[in-house]
Amino acid sequence: MTRDEIILAVKDIISTIAPDEELDGLDPAQPLRDQIELDSMDFLDIVMELRKRYSVQMPEEDYGELNTLDSCAEYLMPRLEGQELKLAGA
Amino acid sequence: MAERARVVITGVGLTSPNGDDLGTFRGNLLSGVSGVEAYEIRHVGPTLAGVCHFDATRHQKRKEIRRGTRAGSIAIYCAREAFADAGLEPTRYGVDRTGVYVGITEHGNVETENEVHSVSQYDFDLSFWSHHHNPRTVANSPAGEVTLNMGLHGPAYCLGGACAAGNLGLIQAVQMLQLGEVDLALGGGVSESIHTFGIFASFAAQGALATHADPTKASRPFDRDRNGIVVSEGGCLFVLERLEDAQARGAKIYGEVVGHAVNSDAADFVLPLAERQNQCMRQALKRAGMEPGDVDVVNTHATSTAQGDIQECLALREVFADSPRTRINNTKSFIGHAMGAAGALELAGNLPSFEDGMIHPTINVDDLDPECDVRGLVLNNPVEAERVDTILSLSFGMLGINSAVIVRRF
Repeated sequence: MTRDEIILAVKDIISTIAPDEELDGLDPAQPLRDQIELDSMDFLDIVMELRKRYSVQMPEEDYGELNTLDSCAEYLMPRLEGQELKLAGA
Repeated sequence: MAERARVVITGVGLTSPNGDDLGTFRGNLLSGVSGVEAYEIRHVGPTLAGVCHFDATRHQKRKEIRRGTRAGSIAIYCAREAFADAGLEPTRYGVDRTGVYVGITEHGNVETENEVHSVSQYDFDLSFWSHHHNPRTVANSPAGEVTLNMGLHGPAYCLGGACAAGNLGLIQAVQMLQLGEVDLALGGGVSESIHTFGIFASFAAQGALATHADPTKASRPFDRDRNGIVVSEGGCLFVLERLEDAQARGAKIYGEVVGHAVNSDAADFVLPLAERQNQCMRQALKRAGMEPGDVDVVNTHATSTAQGDIQECLALREVFADSPRTRINNTKSFIGHAMGAAGALELAGNLPSFEDGMIHPTINVDDLDPECDVRGLVLNNPVEAERVDTILSLSFGMLGINSAVIVRRF
């Protein structure tokens, strides 16, 4: 997956977890929690969806990598290499 | 004992298989409209159920719906609608002085089955088991969801009482008001039971799951051809206040809860017992300072099972032997068995009779079982009474729990 596809993948996951939120204008450099309503349970949902959709096993010490869309992309680029984008929220 | 405060019902919020507000529900009870439909659930396949069609997004964000449970959505819908019906803001008495008491037959089966199904797709790798499982399945979950949605800080919890639970929620609300623990109480019950295959499978294994070519005819208490229960979802929460508070704000008063009783058979896990049902009714009447002859309408618990209906009729025949004016009806014949919601929903369906004098029937009785032939049974068509002053509503449940609630016109 490309970097843009990874950001799309993460936003798609967030759209299923926080369906009331508007995601189009998210600033990839800013913390997600500062822009939309996400709590710790939601981040656990993101971890779970990454595991289910892409078999990414994310240890707890890495959860901070989900802080921004940019940091998500950095973290996931090597882990999603060669994988197809899977959209559920579309 | 000091005299107990008088407690009245001032709001009704409900969702049932044949109506999402009291007016629609009542209208369908008087015009014979069933809410039972064809239904399908995992592992069981095609069956029948009472399904609710309320719009959950009316009072919940989509995220709340996703995170919570069906029972929670039902409870929130009923709570919000009950407050609106009562003409109250949740802050009226102070959010820390408002209690929520939700009867449940069971809770957690739906969510647990869903998780087991989910991990089964991953070879039972428990790293795929959801962190939402515990908050969704704790026994206070539906009541807790109401507090989260409405920002209420008073005592809020569920009462597990098998199929008597709807009455238990109402009784707890009355008692908490009488104790002065709260100034406003939501009480009643909810059911999400149609979303657990286990309840259908267990009733089927017991030979107590209704089948019929026409879903609307499947729930037929007292009929010779009855063959079991139609499982339903639903909910009903009442707003209850102390009488003086309700009068001070000029509230519409549906009725006064004047008597209630709960007792236990201590006889069998499943089978009902007329003798204790009889005692339960008499205890409620005693507390209300009433005689059987004072009761205008008895809403029966009867679930359309062979033995249950007969046992209840035995109890009714004895208690109301000298009460020619007492009419006896049944609400499950329309909506199936709404489990934890049943007691509250069925009482709600009868409350408008104080105003319109009409008594809804038990429908689908084509061939009355002689063992269920109780005087006063309102069969298939509603009847008009000169006046309805007192309703007695019965709800019984597994493990031998019996409950009775008496509401009087105010």
